[in-house]
Amino acid sequence: MNAPLDAGEFEQPASFDFTPENLERAQAHIAKYPSGRQASAVLPLLDLAQRQHGGWLPRAAMDRVAEMLEMAPIRVYEVATFYTMFNLRPVGRYLLQVCTTTPCWLRGSDEVVRACQNKLHIGVDGTTPDELFSLVEVECLGACVNAPILQVNDDFYEDLDGPATEVLLDALREGNPPLHGSVTGRRGSEPVGGRTTLLE
Amino acid sequence: MLADGDRVFTNLYGQSDWRLDGARRRGDWDGAKDLILKGREWIVEQVKESGLRGRGGAGFPTGLKWSFMPKESDRPTYLVVNADESEPGTCKDRDILRNEPHKLVEGCLLASAGMGVHDCYIYIRGEFYNEAQRLQAAIDEAYAAGLIGKDACGSGYRFDLYLHRGAGAYICGEETGLLESLEGRKGQPRLKPPFPAQVGLYGCPSTVNNVETIAVVPEILRRGATWFAGIGRPRNTGTKIFCLSGHVNAPCNVEEAMSIPLRELIERHAGGVRGGWDNLLAIIPGGSSVPVIPKSICETVLMDFDSLVAVKSALGTAAVIVMDKSTDIVKAIARLSKFYKNESCGQCTPCREGLGWMWRVMERMVEGNASVAEVDMLLDVSYEIEGHTICALADGAAWPVQGLIRHFRPEMERRVAEYRAAADRQRRAA
Repeated sequence: MNAPLDAGEFEQPASFDFTPENLERAQAHIAKYPSGRQASAVLPLLDLAQRQHGGWLPRAAMDRVAEMLEMAPIRVYEVATFYTMFNLRPVGRYLLQVCTTTPCWLRGSDEVVRACQNKLHIGVDGTTPDELFSLVEVECLGACVNAPILQVNDDFYEDLDGPATEVLLDALREGNPPLHGSVTGRRGSEPVGGRTTLLE
Repeated sequence: MLADGDRVFTNLYGQSDWRLDGARRRGDWDGAKDLILKGREWIVEQVKESGLRGRGGAGFPTGLKWSFMPKESDRPTYLVVNADESEPGTCKDRDILRNEPHKLVEGCLLASAGMGVHDCYIYIRGEFYNEAQRLQAAIDEAYAAGLIGKDACGSGYRFDLYLHRGAGAYICGEETGLLESLEGRKGQPRLKPPFPAQVGLYGCPSTVNNVETIAVVPEILRRGATWFAGIGRPRNTGTKIFCLSGHVNAPCNVEEAMSIPLRELIERHAGGVRGGWDNLLAIIPGGSSVPVIPKSICETVLMDFDSLVAVKSALGTAAVIVMDKSTDIVKAIARLSKFYKNESCGQCTPCREGLGWMWRVMERMVEGNASVAEVDMLLDVSYEIEGHTICALADGAAWPVQGLIRHFRPEMERRVAEYRAAADRQRRAA
């Protein structure tokens, strides 16, 4: 979802400011770092801004963060374009992030991608016309023993296959996101069929 | 098999309470004050004697690394914990972060006491949002209970711990890339030397350790270095969390003794290879960066640093990616080439340009749309990339390709011949 800052296909808001609650959260982040090292808070503040702005990061928000952290705006743009979790263009309410790296691919991530495409009639990097879903491919999410994984906004859905992905998408469309984690009900990273250790 | 009584991560699967009460019932925080009061030298000595080697991939002796920190410093010093777990195949730290957060918090305190450090940052990958919430809650509990803060555990030692979320970048798992990111910049690794122990976070002496490395420290100090050193083999001691993914019947994480035979690990804990052991094609034994090994080597190799190096692979993060005979092995490795191409930070030319080139050639190799000479060229280029960059990302991109060519060259050449033959047939028909 990274694109040139002025892609021109969508409108950039003229200004951005944090809500009072988020301003408080921002100050708490800045306080974690030594004085004079406030630039350390750039990732948390951009993340806060993106959450406040419906899941994407407008240029005005980068400028506001630059101002708050006394950074040159270009330094903030560099950061915003370097890290994959910053969306520089609008995304749907549910950002579907399918891991397709080898461990997920071995367990059938192609089926998860296909289920999303067939169900939503969009391609990778696409957004549905109702702006409910955006679909992206991502690299390893770090949950490989529960592959394949689909991350929806902040939540991991694990142990998926094609049909389970369709069920999940239906639930999201109805506004009933199921509990995140394994869709087969297995606990954490336990082996299917029960633990082989920690039995005492 | 490792006895349950010797396992460190007894709540690995989240089968009981992760909060402070539950952690205390499992023995966490027990006698932490006394351990701090035994002093800096004692802590480092114990960790050295335990033989603990870094669990993040490189396997550097932890106690030795700690001893590089200055004895006296007029500047602040830092411990930075690397929770940017993103090596394909690897998901062990995630279980510690969400199910054993107090082991990590206590480990941060004790490791810091061992280095005379008073401020610690944990850098967690941004995608681990729910894990970060858990860990932050555990940190808050520890502060509220006086276990960390102005007077940690009543020992008189000040210790502050902060959680910092990343925002999506594999390269931030490289220790100096992580430090750059933590300072608010792109995660582009720094040239070494100077090493972080001299010039690290904010230019101050710093040590960067993996989550699992730090989280086993309290148990080592409580049970004694000889207990930990008695598990596994010399130079390859202790317990280790293994991640068993891919074509096994029951993918899982499991804590086992270091040096367990690979075959036993898979058959005992992951339900065996899909379709049986004889259906095995190859295994990537230590996360995506290490060279793949064919079944013949998997029969006998032990899962530890020395045994895997002896077969020209590595233990890495101990993430075992199993591939059965249905796998398109060239495609599996080509996907890793794409991963590294996507994750290159772009500052060194061999990596920025070379990884894209390797990926494009690998994509042609999947089809066989290449010449046999290009297999050799691919190998040559991988050696030109390896060792010619600031950090090890490019090495990690070169090794899987080298491993593929080392063990599966006949398969690659077969595809080339087949593609040629099909093209010839088509030409003749036309």
